Amino acid sequence: MKGNRFWAWLVFAVGAAYFLVPLIATFEFSLRMRRGYYSFDSYASVFSDARFQATFGYSVVIGILAIIVGVLIVVPAVYFVRLRLPRLRPFVEFLTLMPLIIPAIILVYGYIRLYNSSSIIPFTGSALGTDVLLTFAYVTLALPYMYRAVDTGMRTIDVQTLTEAAQIAGANTAQIIGRIILPNILVAVLSGAFLTFAIVIGEFTIASLLNRPAFGPYLQNIGANRAYEPAALAIISFIITWGAMGMINVLGRFAPRTSARTD
Amino acid sequence: MTSEFLSVENLTKSFGTNTVVKGVSFGFAKGEFISLLGPSGCGKTTILRMIAGFENPTSGSIKVDGQDITTLKPNQRQLGMVFQAYALFPNLNVGDNIGFGLKIAGVPAEERRARVEEMLKLIGLPGFEKRYPYEMSGGQQQRVALARAIAPRPRLLLLDEPLSALDAKIRVSLREQIRDIQLDLGITTVFVTHDQEEALSISDRIVVMNAGNIEQLGAPHEIYNKPATRFVATFVGQLNTITAKVADPAARTVTIDGQTATLHALPSDAKANDEIMLTLRPEVLSVGAREGNDITLNGTIADVTFLGSVIRLRVALGENILSLDTFNDQRTAPPTRGEPVTISVASKDLLALQG
Repeated sequence: MKGNRFWAWLVFAVGAAYFLVPLIATFEFSLRMRRGYYSFDSYASVFSDARFQATFGYSVVIGILAIIVGVLIVVPAVYFVRLRLPRLRPFVEFLTLMPLIIPAIILVYGYIRLYNSSSIIPFTGSALGTDVLLTFAYVTLALPYMYRAVDTGMRTIDVQTLTEAAQIAGANTAQIIGRIILPNILVAVLSGAFLTFAIVIGEFTIASLLNRPAFGPYLQNIGANRAYEPAALAIISFIITWGAMGMINVLGRFAPRTSARTD
Repeated sequence: MTSEFLSVENLTKSFGTNTVVKGVSFGFAKGEFISLLGPSGCGKTTILRMIAGFENPTSGSIKVDGQDITTLKPNQRQLGMVFQAYALFPNLNVGDNIGFGLKIAGVPAEERRARVEEMLKLIGLPGFEKRYPYEMSGGQQQRVALARAIAPRPRLLLLDEPLSALDAKIRVSLREQIRDIQLDLGITTVFVTHDQEEALSISDRIVVMNAGNIEQLGAPHEIYNKPATRFVATFVGQLNTITAKVADPAARTVTIDGQTATLHALPSDAKANDEIMLTLRPEVLSVGAREGNDITLNGTIADVTFLGSVIRLRVALGENILSLDTFNDQRTAPPTRGEPVTISVASKDLLALQG
């Protein structure tokens, strides 16, 4: 048994080193901006950069909008598939996996061809229109994660009986989704939301090709022109992403509990 | 019966080629407690779900208080329902669960609070407003579900096997409480169950169903004492069945394991030497002769089960095995297996089944 445990720890240590060593090295490098001393100068430089604040703020807003649109599309879709059209489930699952298979660059070229300024719906004809298009692109990109998170959440509750109990009490479909289904899968929805946020905040391809001032293109730009700031930005991005993941774990503890007791 | 408050006419439901409810009709007066009783798959739950509006009938109509509700959505029917799996909303506390229907109906907060308090008192859980469903036992949760169903003062209360998920002891106390509340409020109630004891104990009338049809509709004592069909006789209560041979149709005599007995009535088409099925409840049988019992039969003790105050005997009459219960007598030992025994029964309690 002891021998087994040694090998388990060894594999764990090698795996952990694979992830942690580059991260520690990047962090260490980000502190070397001032010759001969460790300092947070590179971080100060990043935070004081007006472009950092503008692009980060822009990506946060687009991220929040993508989450709202995603929830409004995915929650009713999963609800109706589970309740009324269970046979469509494999097809819908396949559909939601498409963004994982189709590269972002193909997606964005498709968007540009479909929604260019001379098309019937000229999204790219204005900055606002492009922002809308970018939001929808991020909704699509995050679809596999949002769909799975919501679907898993709905699996933990008896959707049909809760729906019927609310219906017979006089509730319509919007009231059922808003007051019963959504609050009961809120933790799952928030998991999907944080995953969406983590994807949106560092996304480069779509934002760059649609020429929007997002955080991803800013990261790339800084990486190409500076030495220490990119390392600081990489660490900041990691902290944001891990923060989002950590929130998913924390929220899992607040999920409504089931109560199937016989006593 | 007075004018019908709930009326179901020619109700049929098919799923593809499978017809699960076959032209069922019945009517009930306001304030009645009705049970739909039958085995799994007999169509009782489908009828309840059609009344609730969760299933659309293939044909037929449903009326409540004179209003045709057949095509109305569930949220337009003003009905209350209690589900087998409680179906309390996990995100809402007890007070909000009970007040849910009132909130949807736009009842002001103050009035809602008063009604919730009233309901909690009615179900014997005052002060439970702030608890969440997961903090309560199954019996308490189902009582809250009952309060939630009746809080908006529905026209009809539907109970879909509300006791099935509960332990035996809780089941008995909760069914008594449901009946007390129903009588208090005078609310017309439709109760679906596969448990004949539940149906017999709390119903005004019972609809016994089998394979999508009504086998018998009547008061509990009618269903039990005068079963209309063989299915009802075997499904409701414990029943002994005996195969007998008709000896003389005119004299209404039959032979059971070679012993002659004169019956109260024979099937109208019975001929000499026909094999017929006789039924009798265990409680009409006595060990030894007894006043009023005009048929005596000799058999052998096939099995003895000592249950404390009661001893359950199985008596063999040739191929036929009859079950009967006797009270334990502390002064004498129970009979033993293989011992000869004489049993008696009144001829009026020995029913010959038609068909």
